[in-house]
Amino acid sequence: MSWLPNDVARRARLAANGATALVLFLLIAFFRAQIMRHEQFVLASETNRLREVPIPAPRGTIYDRTGKVIAENVVGYTVSVLAQSEDSLRSTLRRLANKVPLSQTQFDRAVQRFRRAPSRPTLIFGDAAFRVVSVLEEHRVDFPSLIIQSGPKRFYPHGPAVAPFVGYTGEINEDELALPQYATYRAGQIIGRGGLEKEYEALLHGREGSRFVEVDARGRVVREEGAQERLPAQADSLMTNIDLDLQLFVARQFGDSLVGGAVAMDPNTGAVLSLFSAPSYDPNEFIGGVSFAYYDSLLTNPARPLYNKALQGRYPPGSTWKLATAILGLQEDVITPESRMPQQCDGFYYYGDRAWKCWEKAGHGSLTLTGAIAKSCDVYFYQLGLKLGLSRLVAGGVQLGFTKKTEIDLPDENESLYPDRMSYFDERYGARGWTSGSEALNISIGQGANAQTILNMARFYTALATDGSAAKPEIVQRRPERRKIMNLRPEQLADLRKAMIGVVSVGGTAASAALSGGVTLAGKTGTAQTRSIGSGKECDHAWFVGFAPVEAPRIVVSVMLECGGHGYLAARIASAIIGKYLGVTPISLIQTEGND
Amino acid sequence: MRFRSAVTIDWPLVACALVLSLYGVAIVFSAGQTDIPTYVARVWKMQLLWLAIGVTGAWMISRASMRMLEWIAIPLYLGTILVLLYLLFFGGGAGTAQGTKSWLVVGGVKLGQPSELAKITVVLMLGKLLGGKKDAPKTLGELWRPALVVFVPWLLIIGQRDLGTATVFIGIFFAMLFWSGLSWRMLVLLASPIVSLILGGVTQLWGSWFLLLLALVIWQNTQTYRSKRFPWEGVAFVTANVVTGVMAPLLWERLRPYQQARLRTFLDPSIDPRRAGYHVIQSQVAIGSGGWFGKGYTEGTQKRLAFLPAQHTDFVFSVVGEELGFLGVTLALALFLTLFLRVIRIAERASDSFSSLVAFGLLGSWFVHVVVNIGMTLNLLPITGIPLPFFSYGGSFMLASWLAIGILVRIASEGRGGRAFGRV
Repeated sequence: MSWLPNDVARRARLAANGATALVLFLLIAFFRAQIMRHEQFVLASETNRLREVPIPAPRGTIYDRTGKVIAENVVGYTVSVLAQSEDSLRSTLRRLANKVPLSQTQFDRAVQRFRRAPSRPTLIFGDAAFRVVSVLEEHRVDFPSLIIQSGPKRFYPHGPAVAPFVGYTGEINEDELALPQYATYRAGQIIGRGGLEKEYEALLHGREGSRFVEVDARGRVVREEGAQERLPAQADSLMTNIDLDLQLFVARQFGDSLVGGAVAMDPNTGAVLSLFSAPSYDPNEFIGGVSFAYYDSLLTNPARPLYNKALQGRYPPGSTWKLATAILGLQEDVITPESRMPQQCDGFYYYGDRAWKCWEKAGHGSLTLTGAIAKSCDVYFYQLGLKLGLSRLVAGGVQLGFTKKTEIDLPDENESLYPDRMSYFDERYGARGWTSGSEALNISIGQGANAQTILNMARFYTALATDGSAAKPEIVQRRPERRKIMNLRPEQLADLRKAMIGVVSVGGTAASAALSGGVTLAGKTGTAQTRSIGSGKECDHAWFVGFAPVEAPRIVVSVMLECGGHGYLAARIASAIIGKYLGVTPISLIQTEGND
Repeated sequence: MRFRSAVTIDWPLVACALVLSLYGVAIVFSAGQTDIPTYVARVWKMQLLWLAIGVTGAWMISRASMRMLEWIAIPLYLGTILVLLYLLFFGGGAGTAQGTKSWLVVGGVKLGQPSELAKITVVLMLGKLLGGKKDAPKTLGELWRPALVVFVPWLLIIGQRDLGTATVFIGIFFAMLFWSGLSWRMLVLLASPIVSLILGGVTQLWGSWFLLLLALVIWQNTQTYRSKRFPWEGVAFVTANVVTGVMAPLLWERLRPYQQARLRTFLDPSIDPRRAGYHVIQSQVAIGSGGWFGKGYTEGTQKRLAFLPAQHTDFVFSVVGEELGFLGVTLALALFLTLFLRVIRIAERASDSFSSLVAFGLLGSWFVHVVVNIGMTLNLLPITGIPLPFFSYGGSFMLASWLAIGILVRIASEGRGGRAFGRV
């Protein structure tokens, strides 16, 4: 740099003058704004206030495997109010109640919403009827702070039929707002509750838009700005594996009276074709806030519509579990398909100090494994269970996945109950409260310390239907995941499947359920004894788990009817479902004797 | 001679900076006082902590002699380039600038914004380069080194998508070239491509500018070379102006929508009162409604009802305007002017050209910050999102500003009138 003192002094003077000039210029600009245009800006700060009004985003549409709509959005109306304070909100609400029906609950909820998010418009009616909207539009002048907005409203065209897997939506509550996964959510927003709506909330949510309205100092809407700041963005659609026609068919099979659940899966991919729980509920009733009467009716219904029988209900699997005992026997080389047990079935098996009954009082005589599966002979499986021993039954059950969840892509799935280690029995019954023999006898026929979800039984049978690997059930189309759970040779699996064909052919326990049209069904009935939920009386749950066509299975169906009596009732529904899916009609054959 | 501290403290400078900082913390505290409390309510404590760290840092750096700073200028500069390069790939966004990559994040912990400290190292490096010559640069050929020193970090910061900070580097460059004694014609010629870039959108404006430029080039040519050589330099400047002028419309297309919106609303905020214009309008309303004495400390309604955006960072000065009125604004501007004049004095009385240039470079950085930030709150300049020194909430910037104060204290102490005058 040039370092001559005169030069430096000149430049310093120049810089000082420049800096002073610029600061003075800024000061003049502030004087203009703060003093000369003061009145104008005071007015602006007091009267012209832009308030942000959120525009809800349409949730993603949910489709079935063929593109039919399971959940969509229709036009609905919301009514909210821009309140300055809680007092002004209360007075607006009181005046509103003179014009349109407004319950005390709606009143209180609006006040709560205001407390949570005072800067957002306070929602009063989440799903206002057209009548209410037209009355309010008529009295628009009396309610200047009211915001009536049309927006997307969730709609399930086949409500109750799809509710068990699709769930419903509702306004986010205070507890949920505190959860980390809802960190970006604000009070008043809609979230998925249960089912796919909850599981895929992040995908289905979409992005909220917003527009601005000008309000005055008392929160009255001065001007509705036409332009939108941000348009809401609809979320992507969700393609599911569900076969909607089949789902509706399943729902019809259960009708109004049956209680229970059904799951249909593609054993090769794990695709869930249908998942139903009866009785169901109407998810459309929840949109915009569920009415107290409807919610109360769901809660007081002894059949518990909100309790998902397919995912959450845990029932002793009964004879449907005998296949697991058979698999463990074959896998451990304890038996072959042709093996007979030392003692033939006379209707009883004596063990310890008591006689363990076979469901067939007359007895089945001497049977091979194939015959025992077809006839569901308890005495045969008692002896097989004893041969295996309790510890191998426990370890085998764990290996077959009876202690775990299926990891289906739905929330709130219950873990199936099965002893995962020998000390389980000590913990449950006390060290001297049990004997390994009687526990083995119970477990070998699917009773005792064993309660499975309908879904988990379906998952187990996908392994039987294929090469011994179970498919992870998936509602939404993704990459199939399969895991080997048993070490059987292909011919052993084929033998088991042959035995299961016997169940549904003449003389088997579910002979009424066979299919015509050249399609062979393989499956297993079960009649599980348990205490019924309400009365405490003993009642029998009816099970059937099966698949078809046996040569190359395309569908696995698991059906359970609470207190449904004999397993063949479940089998009849299951074969109807399979028939519907494969396009063949089930034929009703001879109704078999006995109760299992 | 009795041992004495090597440093005398330039009290007017330090007092000015301290009052500005405390004023700033008070405003950051007020910025947090909203009707619906947010995390901003707590940041003033952090700001106070950073002030303490900054003052400590200033004391420490004032122990280092200017010779030592000159000596480590090159390694510091190279280190800065490396860190900025690292940020280009691993930088994070934060606070009101989520989209940028200016944050140094180590193990998930946000350490700070190195670009703030980069301003100081670039000033040191430029000072070393320009101070090493006896005369001011006269030709383009002599300017390519200083230009490169600024251009590399500038490009890296543009890469972090932090346009505001990048602008500051341009300001530092021009301030230091001016202080080194570059002729005003050369300064204008250097700035001319930028002017062409701005005017390029309107053909008539650009055409008039171009004629002016041609006249200037010819004059410059006669002054420097007495027309005895081929006018390489003039050709270069004209070409640069043609290129930027033609590129301006093309570049405009390449801008991100938010950047376009900012520039457009700068020209007329009312074209879009809800989106990009919203911030500026609300800021103007806040300041304008302040009047002579303001609405009272912590009482600003625009701020309380959350109409004012980024009220603790970019728009912190709008809080001053709204709550303390014209009086508070005048006080703040007077303090800033005092600081500027004091730094100019320090630069003038520095012991050597390196120290002098560094002092003026630091001034240039603050000056750009103050003018651009305050100008933005009144829509005199487009929104660029650069902070106001000593006011805006932000640890790295507070630390950097106080480190600069520390260096200036040292320069004053070594310069004429200082105790360390004549000692090394």
